Amino acid sequence: MNRLLLSALLMLMPLAAHAQDRVLPLGGTVTEIIYQLGEQQRLIGRDTTSTWPAEATALPDVGYVRALSPEGVLSVSPDLILMEEGAGPAETIEALRGAGVRMVTVPDDYTPEGVAQKVRVVADALGVPDKGADLAARIEADIAAARARVAEDHGPKPRVLFVLANSGGRLTGGGAQTAASSIIELAGGENAVTGFTGYKTLSDEAIATAAPDVILMMDRGDGSDDTAGLLAHPALAHTPAGEKGAVVRLPGLLLLGFGPRTGAAIDMLHSALAAHRAP
Amino acid sequence: MTVLGASAPIRNRRAPARLPAGPVVAGLAVLLVLVAGASLSLGASGILPWEMFLRPLNPAETAILFSIRLPRLILGALVGAGLAVSGVLMQGLFRNPLADPGLVGVSAGGGLGAVGAIVLGGALPAGIHAVTGMYLAPVFAFAGAGITTLILYRLARLRGHTSVTTMLLAGIVLGALANAFTGILIYLADDRQLRDLTFWGLGSLAGANWVKLAAAAPVLLAGLAVAPLLARGLNAMAMGEPAARHMGVPVERVKRGAIFAVAAMTGAAVAVSGGIGFVGIVAPHVLRLAIGPDHRRLIPASALFGAALLIVADTVARLIVAPAELPIGILMALIGAPVFLWLLLSRRPGTVM
Repeated sequence: MNRLLLSALLMLMPLAAHAQDRVLPLGGTVTEIIYQLGEQQRLIGRDTTSTWPAEATALPDVGYVRALSPEGVLSVSPDLILMEEGAGPAETIEALRGAGVRMVTVPDDYTPEGVAQKVRVVADALGVPDKGADLAARIEADIAAARARVAEDHGPKPRVLFVLANSGGRLTGGGAQTAASSIIELAGGENAVTGFTGYKTLSDEAIATAAPDVILMMDRGDGSDDTAGLLAHPALAHTPAGEKGAVVRLPGLLLLGFGPRTGAAIDMLHSALAAHRAP
Repeated sequence: MTVLGASAPIRNRRAPARLPAGPVVAGLAVLLVLVAGASLSLGASGILPWEMFLRPLNPAETAILFSIRLPRLILGALVGAGLAVSGVLMQGLFRNPLADPGLVGVSAGGGLGAVGAIVLGGALPAGIHAVTGMYLAPVFAFAGAGITTLILYRLARLRGHTSVTTMLLAGIVLGALANAFTGILIYLADDRQLRDLTFWGLGSLAGANWVKLAAAAPVLLAGLAVAPLLARGLNAMAMGEPAARHMGVPVERVKRGAIFAVAAMTGAAVAVSGGIGFVGIVAPHVLRLAIGPDHRRLIPASALFGAALLIVADTVARLIVAPAELPIGILMALIGAPVFLWLLLSRRPGTVM
């Protein structure tokens, strides 16, 4: 109802709908959504986490999304800031509000419905709710199709351990209530570590107990590959994943962004998991 | 930090000053005005202060000049002066040119407070949030620094008088303890909090605003006002506490004044700008080489130089990767660490201070 009202208002005020032509996205998924909406000509900057699509990286980078400086953000003269939940610090956000810039927070939620909601919030803020409804429907259909393909797979659910970082043999794993945990479950896997929430350092014993069939990592896109080092990890080496060398790498923003490419991420992860299944 | 020998006798040679102190202080004052002007004029957005006389500014430009750059400049100057003077007081108190406020655990205590606020903030009763708002971390940092100082002072006074050696050792232990608790909190922190902690530890003036300035300025100014009163006492104590006592210097009061001034200034600086190191070492040292060790001149000169140094570092920090910003702690460490190393290497016996 609200959206109807809003669209009606926007139709009455065609000028207002396009008044905000200097848009600054803060958060990789927000940027992705704006490109998918076809509104990228309105972007005048980006944050460091906005790395996809590649042409977005040509925009001026105002800094890391959680450590923004107020003048840096204002220097690109935005009239609308679309920020993911958790953009900050609070003092910067406060200063930006004080400068009279319109700011919209895009909620973060690691579910298919959450992705559609993000798209609608972004589209409404940009004054293109119809495009938003289309894109949201398309993404929901993508995700539903991917999940249907996952559901057809009646094989055993692989236990997947998401490793956020490997610093000198200390692995940071993704526990419950993380984007990693959600995408693993959507792709038909089972998160191998659920004893804690968030991302935590794993003890060797926890790794052995988790007994993952597959290790999932982010592909940072810089050609770095420490698979050999990871598989040499004493605790990991004796898990099923370690013995088979079953390591899956996917781009971080694709895998954990919960944005327009989440359907593709589910498909990619699902087929990667299937490929590592014991013949 | 084991290079420190707090009890090593240091001769108070009336070393000939290389430059006359008066003109140096005046020169530093001019330098401070110049860098302050530059800092007000330079930033990612290219707006210049005098444009406000030439044309009406839009709200964003007004905000950049008056809500972002101006409070940031003043806060940077006060924090820089406070850290540099804290360094002078610590070095005078411990009679060692390598002492700095980080040494007595005050910074670590402040850090523990801030980390506690970031990690456990969500679990605190709503009443506390209602009072502090978004300034929970600065408030906790200041409280952490204050509590650490009180414990330190109690420990150092256990034997009736304030023992500088005990204070140094207790400070190191308290710092280690605070860091251990910080470690526990870091372990408990989630992914987002960890990133906040990292950036907090690198130090930044990007969060400066009038509210923070109004809270920190009285504390920093009080410390800066007390410091010159301690100058004569610290000069006398350079010859050792017994000698100073014979000269009629109220040694206990000087020590107490110094430690609380350092705690107040360091606590306030840590609270509003996070971890910025080396100002307290670099500024006093360069000046000791230039104008000699007399605290009566060293304290005002260090205040001016520290303020100018931090303003320059902050201005560079926000220009070098504009429109993004480099944490200022990184820049200070880049400048400070080589200077510190040079000081260590050039320290010959008999040339200390």
